[in-house]
Amino acid sequence: MLEDIPVLSLIVWLPLLGAVVTLLMPKQNARLLRWTAIVFSVVPLVLGLLLFASYEPILGGGAYAEHGTWLSVPLNAEAWSASQGVTSYRLVFNYLLGIDGISLPLVLLTGIVSTMSALATVHIHKRWKTFYPLFLLLQTGMYGVFLARDVVLFFIFFELTLLPMFFLIGIWGYFGKEKAANRFLLYNGLGSAVMLLGFLILIATLGFSATQTAGGVELVYSGSYDTMLANLADPNAAANAGGAMFLSGNLRWAAFILLLIAFGIKLPFFPFHTWMLKVHTEAPPSVVMIHSGILLKMGVYGLIRFVALLFPGQIDSWAPVLATLGVINILYGAILACAQKEFKLVLAYSSISHMGIVLLGIASLNETGFEGAIYQAVSHGLISALLFLIVGSLYERTGTTRLDELGGLARSLPFTSGILLTAGLASLGLPGLSGFIGEFLSFLGLFDTWKWLTAIGVLGVLFAAVYVLRGVLAMIHGPMQEKWIGLKEARFIEALPMVALTALIVLLGVYPSLLTDLMQHGFDGLLKELQTRVGG
Amino acid sequence: MITTLTWSDSWYLAPEIVLAAFTIALAVLDLALPRRVGRDVIGWGALVGLVLAGVFVCWHIHDLNVWKDAGKDAFRNVLGGSWRVDNFGNLLKLAFLGATALIVLASLGTVRDREVPIKGEFYYLILPAVIGAMAMSSSGDMLTMYVGMELLSITTYVLVAVRKKSGQSAEAAFKYVVTGGTASAFVLYGMSFLYGVTGTTHLASIGQALPGALADYRAMIYVAFFLMIVGFALKLALAPFHAWAPDVYQGAPTPVTAFLAVVAKGAAMAMVYRIFLNTAQFATGDDSQVRDDLFLALGVLAAAAMIVGIAGALKQQNAKRLLALSGVANAGILLVPLSLDLTNLHSSLFSEFVYYLAAYVLMNIGALAVLTLVSRSSGHEQLSAFAGLYHRAPWTAAAMTALLCSLAGLPITAGFYGKLYILFATVQTGEYWLAAILLGTTVVSYYVYFSFIRQMYMRGGENEPSVRMTIPTGVVIWVCAAGSVALGIFPKPVLDWVDGLFSLTTDFLAR
Repeated sequence: MLEDIPVLSLIVWLPLLGAVVTLLMPKQNARLLRWTAIVFSVVPLVLGLLLFASYEPILGGGAYAEHGTWLSVPLNAEAWSASQGVTSYRLVFNYLLGIDGISLPLVLLTGIVSTMSALATVHIHKRWKTFYPLFLLLQTGMYGVFLARDVVLFFIFFELTLLPMFFLIGIWGYFGKEKAANRFLLYNGLGSAVMLLGFLILIATLGFSATQTAGGVELVYSGSYDTMLANLADPNAAANAGGAMFLSGNLRWAAFILLLIAFGIKLPFFPFHTWMLKVHTEAPPSVVMIHSGILLKMGVYGLIRFVALLFPGQIDSWAPVLATLGVINILYGAILACAQKEFKLVLAYSSISHMGIVLLGIASLNETGFEGAIYQAVSHGLISALLFLIVGSLYERTGTTRLDELGGLARSLPFTSGILLTAGLASLGLPGLSGFIGEFLSFLGLFDTWKWLTAIGVLGVLFAAVYVLRGVLAMIHGPMQEKWIGLKEARFIEALPMVALTALIVLLGVYPSLLTDLMQHGFDGLLKELQTRVGG
Repeated sequence: MITTLTWSDSWYLAPEIVLAAFTIALAVLDLALPRRVGRDVIGWGALVGLVLAGVFVCWHIHDLNVWKDAGKDAFRNVLGGSWRVDNFGNLLKLAFLGATALIVLASLGTVRDREVPIKGEFYYLILPAVIGAMAMSSSGDMLTMYVGMELLSITTYVLVAVRKKSGQSAEAAFKYVVTGGTASAFVLYGMSFLYGVTGTTHLASIGQALPGALADYRAMIYVAFFLMIVGFALKLALAPFHAWAPDVYQGAPTPVTAFLAVVAKGAAMAMVYRIFLNTAQFATGDDSQVRDDLFLALGVLAAAAMIVGIAGALKQQNAKRLLALSGVANAGILLVPLSLDLTNLHSSLFSEFVYYLAAYVLMNIGALAVLTLVSRSSGHEQLSAFAGLYHRAPWTAAAMTALLCSLAGLPITAGFYGKLYILFATVQTGEYWLAAILLGTTVVSYYVYFSFIRQMYMRGGENEPSVRMTIPTGVVIWVCAAGSVALGIFPKPVLDWVDGLFSLTTDFLAR
C-alpha cells in the first residue's frame, strides 16, 4: 500500500505544508500554532513508522524510490563536432528520493526528535508565527537530506536547513544569540561551499554518461547518486577511462578530502567544532534538541553515504587518519567536558566525544563498525534530545543551568531528576541503554583492525562516566539552595516527550536488532569493494 | 565596399529609433507642460517607450527565428556589420529594457521634487542611456560600440548629478566624469592599437587579421588588449579599479544607482564579450599563448573583483555602499564565464552569463527599491535603517529576505542557480582555483548579506517610523522577489529559450 503513494515525498513536503498553514493563522494564538506544528511533525513520523514496519532489508527500498526530472538544462552542443553524432548535451538534475537501511533509521530519528522538540516548544515565548513556519521548514530540509538521491537535491536540502536555523538561533536564543547565529552560518556556509565543490567535481566526472539512441548519442551530466555508483563500478565509464571526464587519482583525493571536511564540519570533528559549542549554549533548547539530535547526524550520514560509499579506495587508505581523528575527538571532548561549569557545555563537549565514536565506527571499514556508527548516531540523537529537553525545562524554572548554582533538585523535581539521571547513564554508555550498543559496536568494529587505537579510544568511556556523573549529580544531589524549594514539577506536555524518549532509549538498549536488522544490507556494495581491494 | 544606410534598414534599428523618438517627444513635452502638472506623466511616457522598444526587439527575435527555420543566417548586418541584429544583442537588449522599465517604475512616486528638482529630465535622460547600452551590445564594429559607450556614459554623468542641490551628488558626478573619461580613454587607446596592427575597426576582420599580425606585432597586441582590459575594468568597477563605485553609487539618486549597477555594467560586459570573443577567443589560432594570457588576465580580474568586493562590503555600514561593493563582486562573477577557455569542453558560456545577468538585474533592482523605501522613512541610508523592518513592514521584509538569499546564492533562488551553473562550468573546464574563489567569497557574502537580515529580524524597530509603500514601488519589489524565486525553481524555460536562440557560431564568429 505504501508503494502506491509517494510516501517519501509526503514525508519531505508535509512539514512545508504545515509551515504554509501556520503562516495563515492568527499570530497571537500560540496554542493553535503549536498544535498545528505538532500535528505536522507527527504525520511524517507516522509515515516513517509505517515505512519501518513494511521495510524488507533484503529487498531494499527500491519500491519506494521516486524519480522525476527536475531540471534538464541544455549545454552548448556546439562544443561537440557534428561527426560525433551528438544529438543532445545536457545537465540534468533529478528529483530523486530513495530509502535504504542507512537512511531509514535517521528518518525515524528525525521524526521522533522533531515531534518531541515540537512538544518542547512550550518554552518559546515570543513571535510564534515566525517560529513555527521556520521550525517546520527546518524539518523539510532534514528529511530531504536523508532521502535525497541526487547530489544537487541533497545540497539544496542541506542548505535549506541553514536559513531556518540561523533565524531560530538568532531570534529566540539567549544572550549571545547573534554571535552564535553568525558563527553557525559561517562555519556551515564554509562546509556547504566545500561540499558543493566536491559534488561538482563528481557531477563533471562520475555523473557523466553517454547513451546511444537511434538518433545519435545523448550526453548527460547528472547529479544522480545511483548513476555515480554505477559509473564508479563500471570500468568503461568515462570517469574511469580517461579523457575530459576522467576522475583521476588526484581529483578523487581532492573530492574525497573536500567532502570529508564538509561533513567533518557538520559532525563536527576537532578543529572545526567551535561553532557547535556556541549553538549548544546560545540556541533555545527545543532548537538544540534538533541541532544536536539531528543536524549533527547529517554529518554522519554524509560521511557514510558520500565519503565512504563513493570513495572506497581513499577511505581504505585513510582509515587510520579517520580513526586517529575519532580518538582525538573522543578524548578532547571528554576531557574538556570534565572541566565545564555550565551543564550545556558539558553536553556540547560530550557530543563531540560521542561523534568521535562515530568516526571510529566508520574507520573500522567493516559491517559491525558501520552499523555501530549509525547506531551511535541514532542513540546519541535520542539521548542528547532528551538531555536538552530537560535542560529546557530546568532553565524555564531556575533561569540557569550552571552547575555551581544548581544543586539538590532531586528533592523539588524528583521526576525530572530521575529522567536526567537515566539520560546521563545512557550517555555514559551503561549497558541496557542505547548508548552502550552504539559504542560497543563501533569499538568492536574498530578492534578488528586497529587494536591500539581502540584501546586509547575506550579511555573516553571512562571520562564519560566522570563528566556525566559530575554534571548530573551536581545538579540533582547535594545541598539544595533555598530558592529552588518551590519549583513546580514538569507539566504533562514536558513529561510526555521525556517519557517517550526514555522509553525509546531503553528499548534500543535491550533490543538492538530493531535497528541493526534494518541496516543489514545497506553496506553490501562497499564491503564487497573493500574486500576485493584488500584481497579478500 | 561602401554601404549606405537605406530606409529599409530602419527596421533593424526600430527599437533604438523608438527610444530616440520618445526622448525627443518627452523633452518637448516637458518644456511645453505648465509647471503645476506633475512630471510623473513623463515617467509613464518613458515606460511606454521602453515597452514599445521591447516589443520591437521581440519582433526581431521572431524574424531571426523565421530566417533560421528557413535555413538562412540568423543574424543581419547593417552598414557592413557596424550595426548587427543577432540574438546575443537581442537577449541583452531585452534585459536592459526590462531592467530600465523596472527602474523607471520604481522611481515613479519615489523620486521627489526635493531631491530631484527637474524630474522630467531624469526620465527622458534615461532613454538615450539605454540606446547607448543597446548600441554597445548590438554592434560588430569597435567605433559604433565606442559611440554607444559614450552615449551611455555622458547621459549617466548627468543623471548622477541630477540632485543639483546635494553636495554629495555633485562630488559623485565629478568622480564619475573623471573615472568614466579615463576609462573611455583607455578603451579607445587600446582600440587604436588594434586598428594600427590590423587596419580595421570591424571585429570580424580584426579576428581574421590578428593571427597574421601576431608574428610582427606581438607586443602591440598585448598592449592593445591590456589597455582595453584596464578601460573596461574601470567601467565595470572591477577591483582594483573599483574605488570610484561606492562614492558614485552613494551620491547618485537610488534609481540612477540601480541603472549604473545593472544596465551600465551589463552593457560594458556585453561589449567585452563581443570584442574578446570575436577577436581573441577564436582568432589567435595555433599560437594560443596570447589568448591564454588574456583569458587568464580576465580570470584574475574576476577573482580580484570577487575577493575585494566582498571583503570591502564586510565592514560596510552604509547600505548603498554595501550594495555597490556587492556589485563589484557580482561583476566579477559575471566575468567568470568569459574567462573560461572555450577550446575545452564547456557547458555554455553565454547562457551562464545571461542567466546570471537576469538574476542580478532582479536582485539588485529589488534590493535597491527596498532600500529607497526604507531610507525614505528613516531619513538615512545606514544599515540600521532596516532595524526591525520585520515588525514595521513584514511583507517587505519577506521580499527583501528572498532578494538577499538570491544575492547570497542560497537555494532555491535565481542567484543560487546562476552561481551553480557558472561553478559547474569552471569545474568542468578544470579551473578549480576560480571555483574555489567563487565559493569562498560566496561564504563570506553570507555574512555580508545577512547583516541586513540581522537588522530586519533581530534588532529593535519599535521606535522607527513606519514604511509607506507606493504602488509602483511595491510592484517592482514583488516582481523582483517573485522573479528571483521563480527563476531559481524553474530555470529551465529561460535556459531552454536562450539555448534555442543563441548560437556561438552565428552570433560570435562574426561574418
